Amino acid sequence: MNIAVCVKQVPDASEVKIDKATGTMVREGVPAILNPFDTYAVEEAICLKEKHGGKVTTVTMGPPQAGDVLKHTVAMGADDVMLISDRAFAGADTWATSYTLGLGLKKLDSLDLVICGKQAIDGDTAQVGPGIAENLGLPFVAYVRKIVDVSNGKMKVERLIEDGYEVVEVSLPAVITVVKEINTPRMPSLKGKMKAKSLEIKPLSAEAIGAEAEKIGLAGSPTKVMKVFSPPPKGNRERIEGTPDEQAARLVEKLKGLKII
Amino acid sequence: MDYFLTDTQAEIQNLARQIAREKVKPVRAELDEKEEFPWEIMKVLAQADLFGLYIPEEYGGFGGGAFENCLAVEELSRVCIGVSVSFAASGLGAYPILLFGSEGQKKKYLPQIASGQRLAAFGLTEAGAGSDAGGTRTTAVLDGNEYVINGTKQWITNGGEAEIYTVIAMTNPAKGSRGASAFIVEKGTPGFSFGKKEKKMGIRSSATRELVFENCRIPKENLLSKEGMGFLVAMKTLDKSRPGIGSQAVGLAQGAIDECVEYARERRQFDQPIISFQAIQHMLADMCTQTEAARALVYAVAKFIDSDPKDVSKASAMAKLFASDVAMKVTVDAVQVMGGYGYMREYPVEKMMRDAKILQIYEGTNQIQRNVIGTAIIKEAAGKKK
Repeated sequence: MNIAVCVKQVPDASEVKIDKATGTMVREGVPAILNPFDTYAVEEAICLKEKHGGKVTTVTMGPPQAGDVLKHTVAMGADDVMLISDRAFAGADTWATSYTLGLGLKKLDSLDLVICGKQAIDGDTAQVGPGIAENLGLPFVAYVRKIVDVSNGKMKVERLIEDGYEVVEVSLPAVITVVKEINTPRMPSLKGKMKAKSLEIKPLSAEAIGAEAEKIGLAGSPTKVMKVFSPPPKGNRERIEGTPDEQAARLVEKLKGLKII
Repeated sequence: MDYFLTDTQAEIQNLARQIAREKVKPVRAELDEKEEFPWEIMKVLAQADLFGLYIPEEYGGFGGGAFENCLAVEELSRVCIGVSVSFAASGLGAYPILLFGSEGQKKKYLPQIASGQRLAAFGLTEAGAGSDAGGTRTTAVLDGNEYVINGTKQWITNGGEAEIYTVIAMTNPAKGSRGASAFIVEKGTPGFSFGKKEKKMGIRSSATRELVFENCRIPKENLLSKEGMGFLVAMKTLDKSRPGIGSQAVGLAQGAIDECVEYARERRQFDQPIISFQAIQHMLADMCTQTEAARALVYAVAKFIDSDPKDVSKASAMAKLFASDVAMKVTVDAVQVMGGYGYMREYPVEKMMRDAKILQIYEGTNQIQRNVIGTAIIKEAAGKKK
C-alpha cells in the first residue's frame, strides 16, 4: 500500500498563551511540535505498511522549519517526506491549504490511501482532511477509530459518531481522518532518528506543484477573520456541594426559585 | 555536567529518557506492587532499537559499545531499576555469545537479541555457588552429538521470560573451575524448566527464577568456545557488564535526587521550604557530589572498556563497587530528606531504597569486587620492576 499522511507543525498547546490585546496566540518562544492528532495518522500508516507492505510518505505545507515534524515522522518509521514550502502560501486558510496539499499529493505515484489526523490543535477546524478529498476527487471517511480490513481495493473501517460507531466500506484510493482511539503512537526508533538526522529535505515551491497563484495563500483564502476575541467569563456561578442526592435536591429547589421549572 | 557526548550518544540518551518518562514512570509503582514483568516496556525498547546498542551492525545491532549501553541503562534506571535490569540482563546473556561465540552462533542468536525479538539471560549462580564459582554442581556430559545437562541454577534474572540462556556447567568436575564450560540453551528444550518466581525486597518487576535442567539434551554445537573455558567466559562477561550495574546505580541515585530536590522545594516547615535549611542542603550537596563522582567513574570505565584493553577487571569492579555503594547511601538519604513521606509507598523513594540494595549484591557482591581490585593491585605491584 502506498500511503500518504498529511501532517502539520503546531505550537505545543500546553505552552500557549493568548495575547489579550489582539486575541491571537503568542507563538514566540513556544516550542513547535507535530500536531498530536497527526501522530495517530502516522502510526496507522506505518502499521498498514508493516502488514501490507508499501511505502509511507508524510506531507506538510509550511515554512522551512516545518521540516522538523517531517523528520519526527521519519524517526517513527515513515519512508519519505514532502515539504511544500513557498512564501506564496502564507496566509492560507483551510480552503487554500486543501488545494495546495491536494496538488502535492497528486505528485505521488499510485496512492492507495491518504490519512490525516482528525484536526489540528491550533485551528481545530477539521476541514483540511475533507478538503483534500474534495480536491483529489476521492471518497472520504471522517473520524476513523479502526481499520477492520483492507482487501480487493476496498477498505472496511469503523468511524466514531456521537453515540457509537458506524461500519463503513470505502473503495480505494480514499482519504480518511483518524481519531486517537485508533492506536497508540510508537516512540521513535534509534535507527529512525539517525535516518532523520541525515535527511535533507528539499522544499517544493508553488511552481513545482503547479499551483495557480490566485488559489493559494491569502489570495486563495475566502475566509475573512472579522474579529478574534476571548469570550468574557460567564456571569455569577454557584457551586452546589454535597452528596449527589443533596446536590440534586438543592438544584431543583434553586431552579424552582428561579421559575425555570 | 557536560560529558561531551557525540550527537549519536545524545540521541541514545534522549530516546531512553523519553521512554523512561513516558512509558516507565507512569507504571513503575504498579509493576512493583504487582511484581509484574514489564513486557510492554520491553517491546517499546525493542522497537526503539535499544537492545542492540553494543552489538555490531553485522549482527543486526547498532554498533556501539559498553558506553552507549550505559547511557541507555542510566536513563531507564533513573525511573525504575526493576525495568532497567530486565533490559540489561539480556545483554548479560548476550555477551558470552558476542565475546566467545563462533561465527555461526553469533549469526544465529545475536540478531534476535539485538532486535529485542527474544530476551537473553545468563545462568551462573547456584545454591552452593555464587561468589565461589568453583562450587558449581551443574554438569554437562557429552553423549554422542549432544551434551546432557543436569543441575539447577538459582536467582537467574529474566528466568522464564528470556528465550536464550547462556549457562555455565561442569564438563570435568575433577578440574574444579578449569573444568567448567559455557553453553547456549534455548527455552523450550525438553528437560529445561523453571522454578518458582522469587519474591524479592526490590526490583520486584524483574523476573528471578531457578533454571532446572533434568537430562536436558542440547546439540554439541551449542558449546561456547571450548570445554574448560566456562569460567573465563563468565569472568570476561562480568568484566564487560559491570559498568552496566554502575550505570543502574548512577541512574537510581540521580532519580532519588530528582525526587527529593523537588520535594524539598515544596515541603514547608517553620514557614519556609525545607530546602532553605542548611541541614537539607548539605545532605543534597553530598548526594549530588557522590553521584556525579560515580557517573564520571562509570563513564570513564565504560569508555576504557570500549578501547578494548587487555584487562579491565580492576576498573570494571571499581565502577560497580563505587557507584552501587553511592546508590545505597543516596537513596537512604533521599528517604531521610523526605521524612515520613519518604517512608510511604505513595512516594517513589522508598522503592528506590529497597531497589538499591541489590546493586551491592548481584553480579558479584561488593566484597567480591574489593577482592578483584585487591588481586589486581597485588598483580600490578608484583609486575613492577624495582
